[in-house]
Amino acid sequence: MILELSHFSAALVFALFASVVFGITQKDTRPQMIRYGVRCFFTFVAGVLAAGWFMYLLRR
Amino acid sequence: MPDPAQGKSAAPLSPRLKQEPASPQPLTLMAVVTPLVGWLVPGGGHFLHKRWGRGALLAASVTCMFVIGLLMQGKVYSANFGDILDVLGFVGDLGAGCLYLMTRAFDWGHGSINLATADYGTKFIIVAGLLNVISAVDAYDIAIGKKP
Repeated sequence: MILELSHFSAALVFALFASVVFGITQKDTRPQMIRYGVRCFFTFVAGVLAAGWFMYLLRR
Repeated sequence: MPDPAQGKSAAPLSPRLKQEPASPQPLTLMAVVTPLVGWLVPGGGHFLHKRWGRGALLAASVTCMFVIGLLMQGKVYSANFGDILDVLGFVGDLGAGCLYLMTRAFDWGHGSINLATADYGTKFIIVAGLLNVISAVDAYDIAIGKKP
């Protein structure tokens, strides 16, 4: 079985799992964990979008 | 007129300097066992501490990431002393514990150069191992009472 994810969906999956682990391991209480995990996820996604636009503009 | 040097020496010490050195934590059985179990079985260290929810989420995250990496035809590194990137890849993979050992035992993870996303799979596998190490360290922190 071969899984073929697009670049963006691979980045989303990566962001999701990494954010879960970061949230649980880096904070002490449950609300802090959730807040930090969500923040990490959106930071990952924003970084991917920013890098994507940067490379698109660089190519032009 | 007061001597400025004397005034400086008489100034109160900052709270940071006043702090006494932290006493060494006693090495308990749990402090040794939980990081080891946490490394071998993703989330296992947290299960030993009866943190079922956290353990399940960590186990699911690390395992899914590792399996998705394999399904994307990522490469699993074997022990080597060649190129530094290969050595670091092996160290990252090894962090996944029993997942890595199983993969080596079943001879999976040869990688594919035909797929554009296979390189992402390789990175997924390495990062899954590194996240598992972070989880094991977290289990150790719980064992020594540094984290609730």
